[in-house]
Amino acid sequence: MRALVRITSWIYAVAIYGFIFLPVVVLVLFSLQATSFPIPPFTGPSLRWYDAVLADTRLTSALVNSLLVAILSSAAAVALGFLSAWGFARFALPGSGLMRGLITLPLTVSYLIIGMGLLVLFNWAGVPKSLLAAGIGHVVINLPLCFAIIYSQMGDHQINIERAARDLGAPEWTVLLLITVPVMAPAIFAGFFLSMTFSWDEFVISFLLTRFDTTLPVEIWNLLRSGLNPKTNAVGSLVFAVSIVLVVFFELMLLRRKPA
Amino acid sequence: MSATGNAGCALPWALVTPALGWTLLFFVLPFLAMGFSSLTAHDGGGFTLSNYSQFFNNPAYWQAMVNSLQVTAIVTVVSVLLAYPFAWILAEQVPERWQRLALMLAVLPFWTSYVVRSYSWLLVLAQNGVINRALTGSGLFSEPLQLANTRLATITGFVHFFVMLLTLTIFANLKQLSPSYRKAAADLGAGPVRTFLHVVLPLTLPGIMVGAFLTFVLCIGDYITPQILGGNNELLMPQLVMMQIGRRGDFPLASALSIILMAVVTVVYLACARWLKIERA
Repeated sequence: MRALVRITSWIYAVAIYGFIFLPVVVLVLFSLQATSFPIPPFTGPSLRWYDAVLADTRLTSALVNSLLVAILSSAAAVALGFLSAWGFARFALPGSGLMRGLITLPLTVSYLIIGMGLLVLFNWAGVPKSLLAAGIGHVVINLPLCFAIIYSQMGDHQINIERAARDLGAPEWTVLLLITVPVMAPAIFAGFFLSMTFSWDEFVISFLLTRFDTTLPVEIWNLLRSGLNPKTNAVGSLVFAVSIVLVVFFELMLLRRKPA
Repeated sequence: MSATGNAGCALPWALVTPALGWTLLFFVLPFLAMGFSSLTAHDGGGFTLSNYSQFFNNPAYWQAMVNSLQVTAIVTVVSVLLAYPFAWILAEQVPERWQRLALMLAVLPFWTSYVVRSYSWLLVLAQNGVINRALTGSGLFSEPLQLANTRLATITGFVHFFVMLLTLTIFANLKQLSPSYRKAAADLGAGPVRTFLHVVLPLTLPGIMVGAFLTFVLCIGDYITPQILGGNNELLMPQLVMMQIGRRGDFPLASALSIILMAVVTVVYLACARWLKIERA
């Protein structure tokens, strides 16, 4: 009986791993294709499509745009989220629960609808489509996340450290910069990192709110119009590689912090 | 959470106002603008309910909602059914020290770009893609099967994504269960099957519901997967919304359809929330 469970478990786990990895393996394998179609038979390995990607200025500038939007919008989201979390955690404000609910509300609405709303508003207000408009949208989706993460980590023991600093005569902004920010660094970092990954991968808001200069997911989307293309495989594999490096980096950071 | 300062001074308001202002200006206001827009006619003019009545009168629009609900329901059920045993195997059968690695491996493709993940399924399912080559090459089929641009392709792409998501949440749930429950059940004479059915499964049910609801919300609002894998043979709601903006520039109708979609999600949320509460009480 126990052996049967073990064998069935193994078969099932291998099947699910196979299902999960099948498209990724196909993606990476045929990014190394030497001929023009990413379909069997495999004709590589060749790096020609990676060269094609790096030579494509639309893709490389979209990559830079994506990084810029991700970094700046995440920084804004984390700053707004941190300040409001600090305000709500440290001071008793009238209607606090309602306001906190409002800040986290965008978490429950799909990106498509957030993007649509901004599109309608910007269209009326005469704000042109741009990376800035998309960045504003990314702050909207990431602010609630940063707020929730940082707010949930603001415990009572940190209040005591802050109180001690105030008793010793530190003005409010010194407490903020020298006590609260360093103590909250793991939560701030987690919020920033998560925001980065969501912004980096976000498609529909950028699709709706940008026009000529756009982000990488939208540019990849434009590539898809040409059908199956090993160049798309190569971009996809590169994005995958970068993400894996980031995730491993994040894991190591977390592991290093654990004993503390 | 205990608070220290007093609310009279300006500092706390200076801290929370930027975030509140941002949310009001770029989330609440756009939503109001969308609501207002949905009540106007495309060609200008005064207030009208025609955008909403179009949805109820045009069978094609109605059908998109039916399609969306069907696909989302199938995806949610299939993903939970596939992910639960997988998460259970990772939590129970894999040795403790390999679990973290096994889990990380299981969600690795999660980190490719969402657009790329859908595209990579196209490579697998296309007319001359990997599966069809394997099937015709082995002589099982003489003609390639129509796999891409079907509802099955959309569902496959979705299930791939949500199996990873649900494995994560269900795994976390299983690990949170104290082993003493299982020991108690065993001491009282329950076999492994009964322990699972009467102890482990009911205790993880609230977590499954949360994961299933998350799946529902993310799935019904997604444009990428149905557009890339399903094509235009059968429209889902997000595709219908995007079509109004793209081809016709009809913002009022797109706004009305978005609001209807959001209303459906809200109804499901309310139903779910009540069910969850009863479950926990």
